[in-house]
Amino acid sequence: MKLQEYTESKYNFEECMKCTVCTAYCPVLQVNPLYPGPKQAGPDGERLRLKDPYFFNYALKYCMNCKRCEVSCPSGVKVADLIQSARIRYDRSKPKLRDRILASTDFMGTLARPFAPVVNGVTGLGVTKAVLDATMKIDRKRSFPKYSGRSFEAWLRRHEEEQAAFPEQVSYFHGCYVNYNYPQLGKDLVKVLNALAVGVRLLDKEKCCGIAMITNGMSEQAAKHARHNVAVIGKAAAEGRKVVTTSSTCTLTLRDEYPNLLGVENAVVRDSLLMATRYVFERLERGATLRFKPGFHKKVAYHTPCHMERLGWGIFSEKLLKMIPGVEFTLLDSACCGIAGTYGFKKENYAASQAIGAPLFEQIRSINPDVVACDCETCKWQIEMSTGYTVANPISILAEALE
Amino acid sequence: MKFNTVIIGGGLAGLAGGIALQKAGRSTAIISTGQNALHFFSGSFESVEEAPQRIAALFEEAGVRLHYSPGVRLMPLGTFREAALSLDDVSLFPTPKIGKKALIVSFRGYHDFFASFLAEGLEKQGMACRIEWLDLPELELLGQSPSEMRSVQIARTMDRIWEKVVQEIRNWLQDEDTVILPQVFGLRYNTVPDRIRQAVPANVVFVGTLPPSVPGIRTQMLLKRRYELLGGTYLMGDEVTEAHVHEGTVHSIVTKNLDNHFIEAEHFILASGGFFSKGLKSNPFRIYEPIFGLDVEQASDRSGWYHPEFMHDQPYLAYGVKTDDTLHTLCEGKPMKNLYAAGSILGGTRPEMGSGAGLAIRSALAAVDQILKTEAE
Ligand SMILES: Cc1cc2nc3c(=O)[nH]c(=O)nc-3n(C[C@H](O)[C@H](O)[C@H](O)COP(=O)(O)OP(=O)(O)OC[C@H]3O[C@@H](n4cnc5c(N)ncnc54)[C@H](O)[C@@H]3O)c2cc1C
Ligand code: SF4
Ligand code: SF4
Repeated sequence: MKLQEYTESKYNFEECMKCTVCTAYCPVLQVNPLYPGPKQAGPDGERLRLKDPYFFNYALKYCMNCKRCEVSCPSGVKVADLIQSARIRYDRSKPKLRDRILASTDFMGTLARPFAPVVNGVTGLGVTKAVLDATMKIDRKRSFPKYSGRSFEAWLRRHEEEQAAFPEQVSYFHGCYVNYNYPQLGKDLVKVLNALAVGVRLLDKEKCCGIAMITNGMSEQAAKHARHNVAVIGKAAAEGRKVVTTSSTCTLTLRDEYPNLLGVENAVVRDSLLMATRYVFERLERGATLRFKPGFHKKVAYHTPCHMERLGWGIFSEKLLKMIPGVEFTLLDSACCGIAGTYGFKKENYAASQAIGAPLFEQIRSINPDVVACDCETCKWQIEMSTGYTVANPISILAEALE
Repeated sequence: MKFNTVIIGGGLAGLAGGIALQKAGRSTAIISTGQNALHFFSGSFESVEEAPQRIAALFEEAGVRLHYSPGVRLMPLGTFREAALSLDDVSLFPTPKIGKKALIVSFRGYHDFFASFLAEGLEKQGMACRIEWLDLPELELLGQSPSEMRSVQIARTMDRIWEKVVQEIRNWLQDEDTVILPQVFGLRYNTVPDRIRQAVPANVVFVGTLPPSVPGIRTQMLLKRRYELLGGTYLMGDEVTEAHVHEGTVHSIVTKNLDNHFIEAEHFILASGGFFSKGLKSNPFRIYEPIFGLDVEQASDRSGWYHPEFMHDQPYLAYGVKTDDTLHTLCEGKPMKNLYAAGSILGGTRPEMGSGAGLAIRSALAAVDQILKTEAE
């Protein structure tokens, strides 16, 4: 018995039975022949790399860490973790300036926000895009996330007192996107939670979850962020608060990537961190009620982001949306939109990124919904840019439907 | 979260059971660790003896095209095997005499389809064979990564350019009465195999490749889509780790992803597959069912589990959980009140003989009937 326990390794790679199932579900492999695919890059390659790091293949950078291989593997092999951890362990190339800039989402936001109108104007210009394209290899066909004039943190601070007046509180890990690009989502969450008589607080200075650093070769900086975030989440938990999030990628990073890829222990995070849709669903299940606007009607198509699929929590967003009176719900086929965080911004990935998303875009057009629902900010950019349909977080749709 | 029925395992048995229950107006969830044995499916449902109207209807409504005609099908090494109910991709013949001359067509650089073995096998049975290799620029890119020149990747390209392949075949065709192709057509559009048959002036036969199986993956996608359209909840990539059981009744289950959010139900169907899918596990002392610890049929001594000759019939492959005659599983000899078993976890089949798919559907439907019957009572 001992023997059997001890043969299990961190990413379970020796459990691979070479069934090739994962290769059928890797979105990158479908469009980029330079990528060796999850089986080769993951468990097969690991065997060689363990013998000699010489076998590390730089084509592993094409993996966009969507985790679809893991979700499909019948043997529980952590294929994507194996690939990302191999990049951390063996990739000795220095991240390019472009990758460092794309990875520093909170740093970028801090710099850009006071100048939001200028930055938005400039990054929207054809000339700027051409320059970024030529000098930085950021594809000119991309539209950029807009920077908001006032950060969410600043807004919530101004409402601190009224939030503290609620009998119960949660802390909100809002992430860079809500803070700098789209404070409205944070405000929507506040509206929904307040309707449940729950107040919203900030953490004691959260930092970017660090996922973009992990995938862009900056795992040391990412680990610093991880230790900081685990500490502040731990503090909120010790004071008896749950911590909610609205981004599936931040959540997966905080819950799983910290211990699995960065070696940062986070039991406290796993116990107290919830996607807001799960938190709200569980409150309603335990008897809380919400009052909805009469006459609300919306055709909603829900896209499960890859990382939500990996978390396995899409069901909460789905059930919550279905609960809203007047929502006509369709679940979109499980498929990647192609953006994968900063991946699709890179010139070398642009074409692949759009090709990966094509079947999803086609399905959205054929359903012709009023709004596409999805819990991921980068999916939102990608789907809005590629289809013209509006994409909203389930929490925002819920907020809109409330009285 | 609460459902009428929770199904553990989302393979053929789980999906068939889920679809049947949703159709009967019950709320269900399927929880499945990963993908399943359909990815190795040849396209023929063995161990289905009679023309099964109910099964055909279930598949037809999902867009899976079936045909039924007891006879034989052509195997990858040029032999024949009995088959009856099959996906439309599979050609069924009354006897192994399928023609005089065959043109076998494969793709250059594709190693998961053995054209020369197939020819050898057929020639032994008196059929003349000629092999032609397709060199398509569209596949050149795939060939750059030889480890990934696989059925599914080729099939994705074929969805776009199958007409070009038909053109090549028409150019090659001389006096052959039969054209044999690997099963890499119609991943997304399941009418493609039929359209190829119509466009080629010979008898077109599709033969299985090494995994993944293109018709199998298509079947999985269509059944899952049907299940979700009927309102079913499919949790992919999650694993049931334990169950809360009280006096023979299962109340709820625990999963890896949902941790302390238990899933409750009135009924449970265990469709977690055989050894391959980890529905059954073993250690040096016993073979066990990991979630509920159900009784598992097995020789008491380990040496009785297997035959030392690899190619011999292996007893362990036929082991499965014990049930009473209404598919209620047994635990320490006593039937569990609301836990049924379906599919290859039941044992009694030989996966290497491909005899499980028919059993998976029939047992799933039988479990559903039991559930509906108990509710009616
Ligand atoms: C390699 C192979 C080839 C085959 N070829 C043929 C063929 O050509 N023709 C034929 O008739 N039959 C064939 N069979 C047999 C037939 O396919 C299977 O018997 C049938 O598909 C089994 O379906 P199932 O739903 O019972 O199990 P499976 O398809 O094995 O599905 C079980 C599912 O349960 C999941 N699961 C297991 N444990 C848990 C857990 N704790 N929590 C959540 N989920 C769990 C697994 O991940 C898996 O997805 C083949 C079988 C194998 C293994
Ligand atoms: S799906 Fe899992 S077991 Fe199968 S080849 Fe991929 S990693 Fe290995
Ligand atoms: S994580 Fe996504 S891109 Fe990377 S190997 Fe797995 S499926 Fe492919």
